[in-house]
Parts: sequence; C-alpha cells; structure tokens
Amino acid sequence: MGDKFLGYRRENGAVGVRNLIAIIPSVFCSAKVAQRISESVPGTVHFSHPVGCSQVGDDLDVTANTLIGIGRNPNFAGVVVVGLGCERFSPHELAEGIASTGKMLETVVIQDEGDSLKTIELGTRHARRMQQAASQEQRQETDVSELMIGLNCGGSDATSGLVANPALGIASDKLVAQGGSSILTELTELLGTEHILARRAVNEQVAQDILTVIHNMEERLTRQTQASSNAKRKHLISTGNYDGGLSSVVEKSLGGMKKSGNAQFVEVFKYGSAPTKKGLLLLEGPGHDGEATTGEVAAGAQIICFPTGRGTPSGFPGVPVIKITGNPRTYERMKENIDINAGRVITGERSLQEMGAEIYQEILSVASGKLSKAEVLGHDEQFCITRMP
Amino acid sequence: MIENEIGSFVGRKAALVLDKKDNVAVALADLAAGDSCLVADDDGRKYEVSVTEKIPFGHKFALVGLEQDSAVYKYGEEIGRMKAAIEKGGWIHNHNMYCERGMK
Repeated sequence: MGDKFLGYRRENGAVGVRNLIAIIPSVFCSAKVAQRISESVPGTVHFSHPVGCSQVGDDLDVTANTLIGIGRNPNFAGVVVVGLGCERFSPHELAEGIASTGKMLETVVIQDEGDSLKTIELGTRHARRMQQAASQEQRQETDVSELMIGLNCGGSDATSGLVANPALGIASDKLVAQGGSSILTELTELLGTEHILARRAVNEQVAQDILTVIHNMEERLTRQTQASSNAKRKHLISTGNYDGGLSSVVEKSLGGMKKSGNAQFVEVFKYGSAPTKKGLLLLEGPGHDGEATTGEVAAGAQIICFPTGRGTPSGFPGVPVIKITGNPRTYERMKENIDINAGRVITGERSLQEMGAEIYQEILSVASGKLSKAEVLGHDEQFCITRMP
Repeated sequence: MIENEIGSFVGRKAALVLDKKDNVAVALADLAAGDSCLVADDDGRKYEVSVTEKIPFGHKFALVGLEQDSAVYKYGEEIGRMKAAIEKGGWIHNHNMYCERGMK
C-alpha cells in the first residue's frame, strides 16, 4: 500500500488534481475568443498560442499532438475547443483527439457561428454548463502511483545543483518507488550528462535512446549557433546562470540532472506524445521552461516541480507549479512566489534528506488541493508549444 | 554525500568539494581576497585554503594550481578547461574557463 492523495477520477481512469474546464483554440486566430470565453466563466483556463496554421510536417504534428495532449490532461473535467474554420489544424481533429477520454467536450467554430461575439456567447454557455457539472465531482482517495510529476528547473544558480535539485531528486525517487511517474526533459541542459544518464537506463535500448536524443539536440544547437554571425547569441546558458556561479552548460547540466534522483529510466518519449510506461521518463524536449513544462503537461503530468535558484514567478494554466529554491537569499526576496525554501539546507535548518521528504509531502498536499503560490497569483506564462526546425 | 554536511558550516567562510576527482571547491559564503576558507571534501577531510581573489557565494576556486588547457572537475566530471594558468585559491569562472559544448 502506497501513500494516498485526494484526486478526481475521470471517465478513462486517469486522475486529476484539479477540476477545471480548458478552453483551447486550435489556431492563433481564435485565441482571443477562447480567452473571452474563459474570462466569462470563473474556474476555466485558456490556452492561447501563436500556432495552428501555415505549418507542415513534424512542426504541425507537434502542435497538433501537444494541443490534444493538453486537452486530455486529467486536471481538466471538460474542454471547449475554439476553431476559426479555415485553419491547417482542424478544430474537429483536436476534439477527436480528446474525445476518447470521455470527458465533457464541445467545439465552437467562428466561421460557422458567424462572428466572434456569437462564438463567445455559445462557448460561454458550454463552459458554464460544464463548470456546473464539474462542480459536483468529489475528490476520492487515490494511490500515489496515479501521480505523474514534470521536472523543470529555471533560473538556475549554483545552489540548484547543490541543494534544490538533489532534494527534488529524493522526492522524485520516492514517488517512482511507489509506482508513480516523473518526467525529466530540457535536453539542451543535459549536455555532458548523457553517459551518466545512460548508465541509469533500464535496458540497452533505453540507454541508446538517451544517448541519441541528447546527441541530436546538440547537433541542432550546433547548426543554429554556427549559422549565427553574432557571438553574443551563441551562449546556451544565461547571464543569470553565469552570475549565479555556473561557468558552462556542462556544469549546469550536471546539477540539473540531479532532480531526476537515482531511479532507472524506463522510457524515452517524443514531445507531444504520452509515455507508455510508468516510472522515471525522459521527454525529448528543449530547455525553454515553458516549452519543457508544456510537453510534460501534454504527456499527462498533473503537477510541475520547478527548482529555481535565481527565482521565477511563472506558472501553468490549470496545473500547479511547485517552486523550490536552494538559495536562501532568493527565498527571502521572492517568498510570495516560491513554495519551498530548500535553502534551509544551506542555513543548517534541514538536512538534504529532510528537505526531500518535505518536497514529497508538498507534492501530496498540492495533489490533494492545496494551491501553489503560482496558482493563487494567477501565473500562467509557461504554456508555450515548441517548434520543430 | 558531502552536501549532507552543508548545515554544519553556517556562518563560516567555508567551501565544499563535491567529489574525490574535483579540483575546485564551491564557496558557501562570499569570500574576499586573502580570506582563509575552510574546505570540506568528500572523504571527510577538512583543511584551510587561502583564496587569492573575491569569490561570490556559489562560485568556484581552484584547490591546486592549474595549467592552461587543463581540465576543471566538479561533481567528478569535466565541466571545462582553463583558458590560462591559475594559482591555488584563484576564482574559476567563464572569464578564465572554456567549454566547447553548448558554445560551438
């Protein structure tokens, strides 16, 4: 018997930690209508994005799969798809991708309704009805093996690799040991760790997959930086990372990978898709905080755990983001934005093991309904779909 | 893991060596040039190193003199190489360390 949390069980058996209605535009042209629908019905969130048309191949495929994955995420009891009507990524394809979850689902299309005002009205009526139906759902005791957390660090400094990431790794290991799932990604910030991660693969195929996806990401970066004539544009790590004491991307990566603990990797999976196995997973995604967490939420993560040494307030629509800093000075400055002060390891108030246990307990509390600070303050900047070159 | 002992150095001018193979220590306090710093390593040894320049919290200094192009080790892994030689106690950062990866 593992630990428990209180979650919302959906038609398809998946368990949400929030009970919201998602308003998802299939294309950027319908983003404002989606936003207006969401503004009319408290308890809904919207997913504005700049894509959905004039794309082809892998790039369009990743956009389509990611939007479908967001709609399928069990934190959402219902979805209103908002289309324009002539876009490359059809709103009906988006709805079909979500339909097998059995959740409440409606599609409104601006060119079918006549204009934006009529579409806002119809979408608002759908969202209102879904919200009232969702309000009758009750949280139920659920085994922790139903949880999937997404890992992402942003605004790293030297304390990230020293304290915050190792403590989160302890929490991640504890979840995985009980049958839950944890997703590591940010391949651009795993350069130099591939040989270590591959040794933690469950089998030879997964080891090879780890080496391949990190190699491919480095090749892509090399192409991009070689083509740039501006030396200032070639740095993979930020000014703040340098100021925080990180001198190279390899140093940052070696600290970054520690948030995945010591568990074995069971699968490497593509951006926009969902994993087929439970346990520690590697998502083939970039280092941009928002693109990384968007891929994790599209894969089914109900919670994001986000270490930040320098401090960032960003959040995700409809998905709690638990902020953890290893830097006691950052916590003092940004305590309105940061949930857990792992800097207490540096100030001698906690051991690393105690900090890991505290993060794990916070994950369970947030899964059962406690709001993260990013949610309370309405931060939702992290939804960004990655683009393929 | 030496990280488990971090709390025992509160309020002291101290630094950690994270792996046996490492030739740098990570400062747990802001250090000024000439400061004597208590260094704790992964084998349980503690010794003093005098730093030759300002080392901000979280930054690294050399535990031994390093020649130009010699590897810098942290977490037991190579994180870069020296652009120029450095003395024991000197600040190692992106001004004097290079790393080909992520910078091509």
